[in-house]
Amino acid sequence: MKTAATLGHFNVELVRKDFPILNREVNGKPLVYLDNAATSQTPTQVMNAIVDYYSNYNANIHRGVHSLSQEATDAYELARQKIQAHFNAKHSHEIILTSGTTHGINLVANGFTELLSDQDEILVSALEHHSNIVPWQMLCERTGSKLKVIPMTTSGELDMAAFDELLSSKTKLVFVNHISNALGTVNPIEYIITKSHDFGAAVLVDGAQSCPHIKPDLVKLDVDFFVMSAHKVCGPTGVGILYGKEEWLNKLPPYQGGGEMIAEVTFEKTTYAGLPHKFEAGTPNICGGIAFGAALDYMNNLGFETINAYEQSLLNYATEELSKIDGLVIYGTSEHKAPVISFNIEGIHPYDIGTLLDKMGIAVRTGHHCAQPIMSFFDIAGTVRASFAFYNTKQEVDVLVSGVKKAKMMLS
Amino acid sequence: MSIKEIQEEIIDEFSMFDDWEERYQYMIDLGKSLPLIKEEFKVDENLIKGCQSKVWVHADLEGDAIAFTADSDAIITKGIIAILLRVFTNQKPQDIIDADTNFIDEIGLKEHLSPTRANGLVSMIKQLKLYAIAYQTQLN
Repeated sequence: MKTAATLGHFNVELVRKDFPILNREVNGKPLVYLDNAATSQTPTQVMNAIVDYYSNYNANIHRGVHSLSQEATDAYELARQKIQAHFNAKHSHEIILTSGTTHGINLVANGFTELLSDQDEILVSALEHHSNIVPWQMLCERTGSKLKVIPMTTSGELDMAAFDELLSSKTKLVFVNHISNALGTVNPIEYIITKSHDFGAAVLVDGAQSCPHIKPDLVKLDVDFFVMSAHKVCGPTGVGILYGKEEWLNKLPPYQGGGEMIAEVTFEKTTYAGLPHKFEAGTPNICGGIAFGAALDYMNNLGFETINAYEQSLLNYATEELSKIDGLVIYGTSEHKAPVISFNIEGIHPYDIGTLLDKMGIAVRTGHHCAQPIMSFFDIAGTVRASFAFYNTKQEVDVLVSGVKKAKMMLS
Repeated sequence: MSIKEIQEEIIDEFSMFDDWEERYQYMIDLGKSLPLIKEEFKVDENLIKGCQSKVWVHADLEGDAIAFTADSDAIITKGIIAILLRVFTNQKPQDIIDADTNFIDEIGLKEHLSPTRANGLVSMIKQLKLYAIAYQTQLN
């Protein structure tokens, strides 16, 4: 069967056939799924990988002497290699499979406890998700280091002049997301990485929101740590990666103790396994890892340039059409944006708009998007956020726009 | 009227609506007409913080019944508050303690009272009951 993924050109109707969920109805209306920044939908190809694993070779991996275990181990390690190739990491052992972005951040934050003192400073951007703020606050509490914030401008971009000012020889770590989940701003991580390295600081980039749209080249970026989640790129929940440069991963102590992560255990002393197993205690999400590999295959077959170009056209169209609605304010107006539109209508609470849109079958997210500091900056309770994926259509944008108009009419 | 009778009356009223639009338009209009809580009571001590919307509740004992006033920053939440207050206000504390809110399911608004929705309504109902328990103790 010829699927969309094998076609040279992009045909959204064909792509949608890979996603059975897009055919369902919600509240009696065809589902219009615009909450992709929270989680992406899953194509049949990925579901097949999951079914295949449990139908044919479900077994615990590594050290198993029997054939099923060997097959499962091979498939899991093949997935790791696929991930390595996708992100262009130097070594497959620099890819630590985690339970997701938050796990990866906590692993690094925990590891730095031993490496920081009360003279050191950590820089974090004002555009962060709570998951990239709280672990560093906890790290600062443990070490006495100071957390400093790179401020943002009214267009929702990071203030790079302020960043330059904040950087000093005291700076040991810089944490920034590649793309803001609340506003969609694409941050200038290349500049941030280069400048931070000039001062000897390590950089962790949270790629949870960028990986659905672009293919980061980790060697070219020269980033020290990079985290992301599979469920944002058409993979399953509960799996993701921490990429770390080999020399950094060797420096960090293990995060959790358990099986898989040891070389030798006696009651006197345990020696740890090498990378990546040092950071992968216990039985991992084997099926999740394999399905993650299948998800990357799926997206790479479509091609990230194609995905990005198509999504940007949806973003431009939606921005143009939504902007025509009287009283509608878009938050995050950077020139470089992911297909995310965070907005409010003057005098109307985002929860009310979200509730009425749901009645029309339109799934958006409302609230503070786990980024309360951003909401405080704009002095708002929250926003309505519509986030698009490559399987969304122009017609769905039209449904959103008329839905917002209708909600506005009912609420005014 | 008793709590049960008011609930029956509300179920009757909602049965006249043909679709979700009429139901929600009614709630939105109710939300707009809800007498606002006095500014002096719209303070942090009376605030129930939902993740999505905020709710303020104030209670006064008037004779042997409780008078509730409330507000929310979201209009649909406020509409549901209006319905809940119509049921619970000016009722005796013991009747409030004994009452349930199953009628909300029957008028098709169940999802708004889901704890995961985080709009402050579930906590608000708990708060109404806590006030009732407190005043009942006072009356005894």
